[in-house]
Parts: sequence; structure tokens; C-alpha cells
Amino acid sequence: MAETRFMTINMGPQHPATHGVLRLVLELDGEVIVKATPHIGHLHRGVEKLAESKTYHQVIPLTDRLDYTNAMGNNLAYVLAVEKLLGIEVPKRAQCLRVMMAELQRIAAHLIWLGTHALDIGAMTLLFYNFREREDILRIFEEVAGGRLTPTYLRIGGVSKDLPDGIAEKIRSFVDAFPARMKEYETLLTKNVIWLQRTKDVGIISREDAINWGVTGPTLRGSGVKWDVRKAVPYSGYETFDFDIPTGSIGDVYDRYTVRLREMEWSNSIVKQALDRLPKGPVLASDPHVVLPAKEDVQKDIAALIRQFKIASEGFRPPRGEVYASVESAKGELGFYIVSDGSNHPFRVRIRPPSFLNLSALPKMVEGRLIADVISIIGSIDIVLGEIDR
Amino acid sequence: MVDIHPAVKKLQEAFPALTLDVKIFREEVTITVPRKEILEICRFLHADPDLQYQFLTDLCGLDFFPEHPRFEVVYLLTSLKTNHRLRLKAKVEEGESVSSVESVWKAANWLEREVYDLFGIPFEKHPDLRRILLWDGFEGYPLRKDFPVEGPDFDKPFVPEV
Repeated sequence: MAETRFMTINMGPQHPATHGVLRLVLELDGEVIVKATPHIGHLHRGVEKLAESKTYHQVIPLTDRLDYTNAMGNNLAYVLAVEKLLGIEVPKRAQCLRVMMAELQRIAAHLIWLGTHALDIGAMTLLFYNFREREDILRIFEEVAGGRLTPTYLRIGGVSKDLPDGIAEKIRSFVDAFPARMKEYETLLTKNVIWLQRTKDVGIISREDAINWGVTGPTLRGSGVKWDVRKAVPYSGYETFDFDIPTGSIGDVYDRYTVRLREMEWSNSIVKQALDRLPKGPVLASDPHVVLPAKEDVQKDIAALIRQFKIASEGFRPPRGEVYASVESAKGELGFYIVSDGSNHPFRVRIRPPSFLNLSALPKMVEGRLIADVISIIGSIDIVLGEIDR
Repeated sequence: MVDIHPAVKKLQEAFPALTLDVKIFREEVTITVPRKEILEICRFLHADPDLQYQFLTDLCGLDFFPEHPRFEVVYLLTSLKTNHRLRLKAKVEEGESVSSVESVWKAANWLEREVYDLFGIPFEKHPDLRRILLWDGFEGYPLRKDFPVEGPDFDKPFVPEV
């Protein structure tokens, strides 16, 4: 009789702990994982192909829908790449607003991660607290940009509109209240024995492996690599802000947890710094070939009306060339590589998705562990399938 | 005058027989290298103690249909030591294949699968060259320029084989 030692089981794509539509084929020896094969692509919408038939402005809403927990960061990566291609300078106030929104978004994204990660492992309470704070941030986005999940706030050359009256106080009250909220989360988890047993020494990825597998973001920093795009290749004025890059030591689930918690605190501090120093001035660059004219001008001035029509229907023609710009999104290094052939459509928009490469290292982390650990490891690398599958 | 990128200088010393086509646009350095040498060059850039391109940030394809050679495979490397970025390109004709750099960076595993999936460029000695985003049995390579954006069969009803 043939020996059937290993059992193959299928996890996902409808499994609640796979954070979307990830499917894993697990080969098991008893309860120990011998081999894990991720299958992705269930959410593939062809964003890169679609972008080739749009004008440069029209691609911005598509980017919101990549990593849908981190829309502001996605907008930022894309507009930075186009601005680099065009060679336009963004006003200081717009840069500061971008940093503020990107950091608020990072807090919101990490709150979803924390809530769902804890929920997967069985700590259900936390989710409700996390979504309470996330709601505050989404309300701020709604007032600022008009949208909650997909705000499409950033524009090529700046941001779509200045802050509405009274919002600065709301952001400040959020920022002031947040550190106390962080303490609440920590009392629930950081020294919780069950939490420690489920996360300590689980899913270890060494420093060398993490680098070799192209892992970025908190997952890389959990392994002790002090590398963050905001410090390594600063953009949008991050070099003028005062913040540190938290790192872990051995690269287990617990290290990635603490790194993200510390990151939220630093993000909160950056939002505060941005509020304190917010410079006065325009929020859009004054480049008439690229930037849409103000609505008031369109209604009064025929030249502005023509410009509005030309930019909205035809777009603009950047020089031939290729650029890469990246940001530190909540998941890792999110980059846009744009190739222009001089026409009004991008020749190629390549998205460098952080979750894609972080997920590719998952088999490395889970092999030799128990099935139950797969849940906490998937939670700890914080994947969003909208970005992986594009 | 822009200073010569340290990687270009090093590469020229290590591979004197090669002609490197170096372009600089918006301070980004792009080197086009012969297709057959890509693995050796990557290995060198990864291991050289002064450069240390330990990070394969991105690997993607470009389609210049109907030009010849049709494709380019683009490698974006990041040095953890200097935070420099370097873009390598290899021109590939339709039907030709490229050496896999998976042995240098594990990150190339999925990235090369994606290029194979969406452009149809095969990678030699790749340990697991399968489609990644699309399903096995999908016909065509969507990111090629001659693939229609609405799909080749958008006006036909989809009847799955049972």
C-alpha cells in the first residue's frame, strides 16, 4: 500500500483570516506545515493595463483602489512619480498637507491591521476600539476630501482643496487623544499571556532572508533592518520632520506587532508637527499646462474655461522618459514606475506593490510551524489583496 | 556634468568587454545591458562590497510592439549601504528567454512569474515558472500592447467548461 504521509488542505479564498481572497494550499505532516503555496490573482482587475488607456489625471482614482486601507499613500506615490516626470515643484503647504494626510492614513491602516490581526487570534474586543478611532480619521477625510475610503485627495501638483474651516481643531483633538487610546490597546495585548504565546517566536524571518525576499515596511523592520523610504529616500519634505524608525530584533510576529504600534505613535507625532508648522500659501502648483484652474476662474474667465476643457479631456504631454518614485506606505515600499512616450497617456504604469513581495516570503515564514500559526503570521505581514492582485 | 555613477564605473572595470548604454533622466541611472549577461551582472552588483545592491526593489516588463527587439525586462536595484537606486534593462526579442535572477534575489521569484504571466517572457532556470495573477489556461498576455484593453472576447458570452 502506498504511504500517504502528507495531507493537503486548502485554506481560502473565502477564509475570514486570509484578509481578502488569498488561497493557500498547505501540505501537512500531522499539524505541521511542510509546504505552503499561495495562490493569488482572485482580485486582479488589470489596473496597470487600464492605466495605459487613461490620461495622467484619470489614473489617480485607480490608485485609491489598490491598497484600499491606504488610499492617501497610494495617491501620493503616483503623483510623486508624475511630478518627477514633469519636473514640477509642489508648494510647501501642499507638501505638508500630503504628509499630514499620509500619516493619518497610516494610523487608520495600522488600526485595521491591529483590529483584524487581534480578531484572527481571538482577541475580539480590540476591533471595536480600533474602528472607533479609525472612524474619527475617516470623518476627517470626509470633510477634507469628500471621500472616506477612497478620498482621491491628491492632485498632480498639489492637493485638490485646502483644509475646510474648523478641521484643524478636529485633527488636533484626535492627535491629542490618540496616545491615551494607544495605552488602551496595549493593556489588552502587549503583556497578555495568550497574545504572547501566539506571537512570540512565531513566523521568524531573519534579517538576511527578509532583505533577499524583497520584504519592506514594518515586516522588514521587525527583523531589525532600520530601513524606511521616508528616511532612506525622503520625499514630500519628510526630511524636515522629527521621527524615528522603530525596529524589532528577531523578526517574529510579536516584533512586527511592536514595530507597528511604535510606528503609529510616530505617525501621530508627525501629524502634530505638520499641524504646528503648516505653512501658508497655495495648495496647487501654478503650472497652467498640468493643473486644473480654480472653479471660480472657470466660471468667470474664458481662457480658464478652455484650459479646464483641454486638461480634462486631453490631459497633458510630459516629456519622454521614465521615472520611479516610491513612498513608505503602511505595508512597505509602494513605488510607481512610469514610462512616458511623450503622449497624453502613460506608456506603462508599473506598480511596485509592497504586499506582493511581503506575501511571497510567507512560505518561508510558515514552513515548519503549526496551522494555527499561519493565521497569526498572515495577520502580522498585513496584506491587502487589492494591492497584490492589482 | 553629472558624476559617473559608481556602479557604472565598477561594472566597466569588471566587464571590460561589454558596452554599457547609460542613460540619466531626472537623476535616475538606467543601464541597458546585453540579455545574456544579466545574471552575471546582477550577481556582481549584489556581491560587490562597495555597491551592495542587496535589494531587488522591482522587476517588470515593457512592450515596445511593433519595434524590434520587442520587450525590455527592467530591474530596479536598491543598495542598502548607500540607498542608491540603479535600473538595469535587458532587451528581449519575442520568443527569446532571459536568465532568472532568482538565485541572486529570492524576490525575483514572484516578480519573474508576473512578467511571464502578463508579457509571456520566459525565464531560464526559474524554479517555479507558472502564471501568478491569471489562471492556468488563460490565453494571451494582457500587458502586451497588441492585447486589447477590453479583452479579446469581451463581446462573447463567457460559458465555463463544466
